[in-house]
Amino acid sequence: MAIRYWPMAAAAVGFRLVLVLFGGDLHLASRPEVSTPLTSLRRLAEGYWLKQASVSPYSGSMYHGSPLLLSVLGPLTNSRPDGHHAHIYCSLIFVAVDFLAAMLIRATGHKLQMARNRSLKSIDLTKAVNDTVNVSAGDVASLIYLWNPWAIVTCVGSCTSPIENLMVVIMIYGACSRLAPLAAFGYVMATHLSLYPVILIVPVILLLGYGPDAPPPKVFLIKGSSASKSDVSDNDKTTRQRAVQQFSWKPVLHFIFWLFILSCHVLLLSSVILKKVGGLHEMFEKTYGFILTVKDLSPNIGVLWYFFAEVFDFFRNFFLIVFNMNIIFMVLPLAIRLKHRPCFLAFVYTAIVAILKSYPSAGDSALYLGLLGLFVNELAEMQFTFFLFFGYIGVSLLSPVMHNLWIWRGTGNANFYFATGLAYTCLQTVLLVESVSSMIKHDRKLRLLVSS
Amino acid sequence: MAAHSRGHPAMREREFSPAGTSPYWWIRPCAGPILFLSLLFLFLFLFTAAAASAAAPEEEKFTEELLLRPLPDRKALAHFHFRSSAPPAASVGRHHHLFPKAISQLVKKYHISELELSFTQGRWNYEQWGGFDPMSTNNAKPPGVELWAVFDLPLSEIDATWKNLTHTLSGLFCASINFLESSTAFSAPRWGFKLNEGNLRYGALPREAVCTENLTPWLKLLPCRDKAGIASLLYRPSIYKGYYHSQKLKLRSSQSLGIILDQTLTVVLQPNTVSGEQLHSNHGQLQPNWSMRHLFNRKLSGKCLVSKSSRVFIEVDKGIVDNVNKSGSDLSWSNEFFVLSNSPDKLIKGQNHVEIQSSFLYVYDASNYTEEKPLDVGITWKLPLVWTCTPSPFHASRFLMGSGNERGSIALSFMSTNLHKQISGSPTDCSIKAVIFQVVPWYVKVYYHSLEIFIDGSRKTVSEVVDKIHVIPSEDKLLPGTLEMLLRFPCSMQSGTLTLDFDKGFLHIDEYPPDANQGFDIPSALVSFPEFSSARSYPEIDPVLGSPLLENFQEDSVVKSYTEVLLVPLTTPDFSMPYNVITFTCTVLALYFGSLLNALRRRIGEEERELKKTVVILKKWQLLASILYRKFVDELF
Repeated sequence: MAIRYWPMAAAAVGFRLVLVLFGGDLHLASRPEVSTPLTSLRRLAEGYWLKQASVSPYSGSMYHGSPLLLSVLGPLTNSRPDGHHAHIYCSLIFVAVDFLAAMLIRATGHKLQMARNRSLKSIDLTKAVNDTVNVSAGDVASLIYLWNPWAIVTCVGSCTSPIENLMVVIMIYGACSRLAPLAAFGYVMATHLSLYPVILIVPVILLLGYGPDAPPPKVFLIKGSSASKSDVSDNDKTTRQRAVQQFSWKPVLHFIFWLFILSCHVLLLSSVILKKVGGLHEMFEKTYGFILTVKDLSPNIGVLWYFFAEVFDFFRNFFLIVFNMNIIFMVLPLAIRLKHRPCFLAFVYTAIVAILKSYPSAGDSALYLGLLGLFVNELAEMQFTFFLFFGYIGVSLLSPVMHNLWIWRGTGNANFYFATGLAYTCLQTVLLVESVSSMIKHDRKLRLLVSS
Repeated sequence: MAAHSRGHPAMREREFSPAGTSPYWWIRPCAGPILFLSLLFLFLFLFTAAAASAAAPEEEKFTEELLLRPLPDRKALAHFHFRSSAPPAASVGRHHHLFPKAISQLVKKYHISELELSFTQGRWNYEQWGGFDPMSTNNAKPPGVELWAVFDLPLSEIDATWKNLTHTLSGLFCASINFLESSTAFSAPRWGFKLNEGNLRYGALPREAVCTENLTPWLKLLPCRDKAGIASLLYRPSIYKGYYHSQKLKLRSSQSLGIILDQTLTVVLQPNTVSGEQLHSNHGQLQPNWSMRHLFNRKLSGKCLVSKSSRVFIEVDKGIVDNVNKSGSDLSWSNEFFVLSNSPDKLIKGQNHVEIQSSFLYVYDASNYTEEKPLDVGITWKLPLVWTCTPSPFHASRFLMGSGNERGSIALSFMSTNLHKQISGSPTDCSIKAVIFQVVPWYVKVYYHSLEIFIDGSRKTVSEVVDKIHVIPSEDKLLPGTLEMLLRFPCSMQSGTLTLDFDKGFLHIDEYPPDANQGFDIPSALVSFPEFSSARSYPEIDPVLGSPLLENFQEDSVVKSYTEVLLVPLTTPDFSMPYNVITFTCTVLALYFGSLLNALRRRIGEEERELKKTVVILKKWQLLASILYRKFVDELF
């Protein structure tokens, strides 16, 4: 299948630029689907204004983002050219950031493709598997990311999630290409910006230790045992042994070293920025604390806002613990089952975070849908794709309608909007479960092919 | 005589009470020598007491005054003023004769140096009833309850003391002042409300309803309650029928002054006279004639016995004075425009700070009237008269913009009244300062960076107009937002508007009040003009007159006006279905958890083997069944 990549990518970037420059004020910045209390650029502008007035940017429950973003994007929110919408410079930066993220996804895809081809070749299945599907995964993933309407809306709608997404993508790319400092940078920044990517340390270490995705080790063992029965040259044997890689500690230690250095740097920078206007303690309380305790009950596309608006006060702490633990509960089982596919594991984790995080937005979904494209060959036999595709479309059409009815017209009520949130969570769950089980099926198919 | 009447209050009361209402009973001719002797003793005693009291600090005092004023829109204003004062605590110990003990205990316990509590129903009409006189500056209050207090305490203890104070006042006045206890309800302005060193706390409850249950405890603080003296005019149905009703309590306390308690009640009433509608033969409509009996359904029958002075003032505005002067007649109590029903004891001219003769006061001493000869002062109009009250430099009003329950903007608009032209001509490059003080509850999340200023329709940068700004941003469920702003408007400005964007917050279901769909109130903003003083001066006033009401009018106070209360509708969740939400959400999360774990746990190979086994067993059973069936069929036929 030949995809003309560059014209399509250029068209996507051009489309974004047209929306930013000539779209006028689309009022996307205040859409609950686009910006959350954590990522809203309006709140960032308020935080910057407070900081300029030598008040702590976190005083007042407006800003909950990182002080680094404040000093980078803050000055841009101040200037306001006439005739354009308020945060045009920031939007231009976000277009660039999105493009960069797409390029890195593409590079990651190429890395994964190479690793895949190598491992398929080493078990002599190139022909059997590639006969069915062989698409350039990097191109597909990057185009999905570029042309995903949610990514476009997020990019144009003045919120900082493109930067958070870029950091996650940098981390995955760095880990795939075994660049420990880059991976550490992405990891530290992503965690600093939105906390939840902290669980991605598992796939990053697996990626650095084992290398990119490969079929399960069992396949190689079966292949090895069957090959050792027949006569094969020594040369062939060594390549197979290389394919089943041992865990290499060196890049991991390297990563941990850089992780330490960079976290110190980030904390130091933050404390310098917040020097006269509050300290790091306040920053942690107002960013991580705000994320974990779900203090803001304004509607978003998730379900937790309504839950915590309705739940009885004495159960609040219990459910906070339950919902936050729910994310962590799945880390270990997934890591055990999918440890040979760390990149896919990273995708699964980002999807879980997007489902369960306290203030989800379309930007989070844009990220995991882009990453899903990286596994287009492996997940070719996924079920329910038709249902999922139209489910996503349906929800993204219904949700603004319900929101409008409830908030603006006053004819609907909160339950309708909440229902679309429930449907959306269910859809995401189905997508997640289906992709995991079809990946497991794919691995089994490889084993069957090898053993037959 | 003055010295005698300043005798020991308890003694005075005891001695006076058998003789009826007149304080001059003892100059009546005496009946016998015994009585004469006892009188002589009494004289001596009073004299020594007076001498002693002159050496010692002043004793407790109580004065009562009432001011009546016709308003341009055919209404009448009545302003009751009662002052009780106690000398510094050391001299009297813990006992009081006139001063309410509850208040002195409150002051001592919470170390209050200043406190003002007002209960208001209705809104002061700044355009009709004036915005530049002491009445509007001091007695026009925002609707509901407003409380502020300055404490003489270390800063760390103030918040805790404020909380206790609100509870005490709540009990004292039968009102929900205790809602001001929560940290989301009060703020600590630094200079926008009143200059202070961080020891002032301010809170307002715009939705508090005010009624007799609040007035009764307020009256209890007066030595005669409403049984005698001016307070007896407070006939409830007529007071609460008014357009505006503000009941205020102001406390000042210091080591040198002792405690001064000012209780005022300001009402704007519609005189219920039949003759009000009559048309004058020439042109225009006559103002309604009224008297005390019309306004309050009562007449004044003498003073409260323990009061030091008891006066009734009738004030005529600058507008009337100018009109009367223009027609060439003098302002006696009976002139060609109006006639007062009684001849006044005294006439006082007032001036405002720009040395323009501003108003006339006709003074009546209530002690000259008795039950048999009650005072029923009133005004009867002879000629139609149209006048206006002096307005403040700008009419400030506040409103909401935007629709929907997600976001909106607060706009504060200023309309010039061209007052500066009357006062200082019109220099081209002058400017008028205005201070804005505004408290917004936390669920109205104001974006202070979105402040925009429009002057005469054109947008100005913030630095052009704002001289000084102090913001305490709101914290969710913790602190209200406080905005203090010093603006400088050009004199030539006709209209100016400030807008601030805000997002509406979403609350937990328990945080909504019972009538959640009615909306939430944002307390009034206060706009003050520091360059304008509403103080009156009374150059001809006799210093012995000692009228606290006029003293208050003479105090230097800046012109200020309160804006409207805003009603912000907030979205409500469905209050009836917490259980449904909990179960639905938990089901979805269980679905996620269960199905994902199931997908991970499944061993497809094993399942297929199991399936094969069951298929084999099933096939065996099928075979058996078919054999049996065939046999059965064969045997039948």
